[in-house]
Amino acid sequence: MNAMQDYHSGLNDPNSRKFEIFSYLPEMSDEHIELQIKYIINKGWVPAIEHTEPNNVDGHYWYLWKLPMFGESKVNNILAEAKTCHRIHPTDHIRLVGYDNKKQSVGTTMVIYRGPIKF
Amino acid sequence: MSNQSYQAGVQQYRNTYWEPDYTPKETDFLACFKITTKNAVSYEEAAATVAAESSTGTWTHVWTDLFIDLERYKARVYQIEEIPGYEKTFYAYIAYPIDLFEEGSIINVFTSLLGSVFNLKILRALRLEDIRFPISYVMTCGGPPNGMLVERDKLNKYGRSLLGSPIKPKLGLSAKNYGRAVYECLRGGLDFTKDDESLHSQAIIRWRDRFEFVMEAVKKAEAETGERKGHFLNVTAATPEEMYKRAEFAKELGAPIIMHDYIIGGICANTGLANWCRENGMLLHIQRTMHAVIDRHPFHGVHSRVFSKVLRLSGGDHLHTGTVVGRLESERNSTKGCIDILRESYVKKNPDYGIMFDQDWGLTPGIFPVASGGIHVWHMPALVSIFGDDAVFLFGGATLGHPWGNAAGAAANRVALEACIDARNQEIDLEEHSKDILRDAAQHSPELKIAMKTWHEF
Repeated sequence: MNAMQDYHSGLNDPNSRKFEIFSYLPEMSDEHIELQIKYIINKGWVPAIEHTEPNNVDGHYWYLWKLPMFGESKVNNILAEAKTCHRIHPTDHIRLVGYDNKKQSVGTTMVIYRGPIKF
Repeated sequence: MSNQSYQAGVQQYRNTYWEPDYTPKETDFLACFKITTKNAVSYEEAAATVAAESSTGTWTHVWTDLFIDLERYKARVYQIEEIPGYEKTFYAYIAYPIDLFEEGSIINVFTSLLGSVFNLKILRALRLEDIRFPISYVMTCGGPPNGMLVERDKLNKYGRSLLGSPIKPKLGLSAKNYGRAVYECLRGGLDFTKDDESLHSQAIIRWRDRFEFVMEAVKKAEAETGERKGHFLNVTAATPEEMYKRAEFAKELGAPIIMHDYIIGGICANTGLANWCRENGMLLHIQRTMHAVIDRHPFHGVHSRVFSKVLRLSGGDHLHTGTVVGRLESERNSTKGCIDILRESYVKKNPDYGIMFDQDWGLTPGIFPVASGGIHVWHMPALVSIFGDDAVFLFGGATLGHPWGNAAGAAANRVALEACIDARNQEIDLEEHSKDILRDAAQHSPELKIAMKTWHEF
């Protein structure tokens, strides 16, 4: 029988901080990230990389890594940029964004590398 | 000089209102009625009667008819379409000149189209299936206060459907215990919780207390999870004055979203509140109590797609639609039609979905359809497949009825949603592989695992 379990979260527990889509799933492998990049490219969205310190996760504006990759359609190039950003900012959350210029919105955005959460 | 002379008496409507050669103008309102006649009434006369009685006609000639240019103001039946298998039921297409309606007033459109025609003795039943609102009229209506794109930006939700739960039991909880239920849902991973539509300001839970406790819950859950959240605070009230008072207080507390019941509260109240929301940066969730009284019977009343169009014109950022799956009656194609009507900027005629006319929405923002009613984690793949990203799913019992409580229930729903979005992004067929997707996700989520076990039979 499944014994009742506590669902823990707390104000002083940094691990309770989520970062929107896929933050309730396990961290992605590179192979998995590639499939998500492919989804963004197939949608015709503009891929971009952004990052932030984990304690600033709830702000709208994260640091933009270079500029959005207009016209880039190679999965490897986009993944390489994400990896470079991750290497230079190893303690930040790194997110992949697909900017939708037709709708003037963001098609999707997801954290692909998680920084260690410290306050 | 006029060549008409006044002749008192009754004449057949078809002589004036049946014009099969008429080509509708771009500015005309077009309506498709499903008419069921009684014996001895021809299709043409029945349809012409509807056109006449919903525009300029009265049962007998009056001399003041000759003061007006009937060619400019009358509605016309321009097409009649038989329905295979039915002898006395048919579709009538009627064009109404734009001059008949006050700009920006859906109420005025309804007073003509939904007036005494629905009570005519010569008809057995009458159903309004669809209306084409001309773009020139659409642009006179305020429309949604914000729309989907603005809501996504404000709440920072992208690339996925939104998740919520109504709080239950819907009546009887004290304001403080009610806030506890809200807090548990939101900290577990839902984006929204909501008041039940029957919750106004009963003695057990007065609105001011409820709003205060709920907003404390929302703010704490936001601080804890780092995500933006909201609770649909119901401001539907007995009078407009009271409604605005509640809306103002919600704003004062920093609530991002309020809720209104637009059919029972009335389109007048709804349009006013939508304008208030636009001016005050408030999102507006719309409930549709009483809709099934009007839209469920297939031969009489008004189809829900008409009410969907009306709400998008009157104003609201969310509207309940059918769910297709779950415990409430809703047919898949017609629900898909309603979803298109709420979200798209141009909807093409599609008789398979019951959409009888092209509808141009111009720059009117699209709004979120809301699926609610007996849905749980096992429905998630189908819901994501049918609705896609731009929808709000309300899991009530399936959040609050989780064996480990609301927070665990919320987390189970959130994991299931994210797993389905992830699979969809990878081009995996959600309905075909629904079980595998959920089972894989449950490997990392004990909350989802037990939820799947709990509702497996349903």
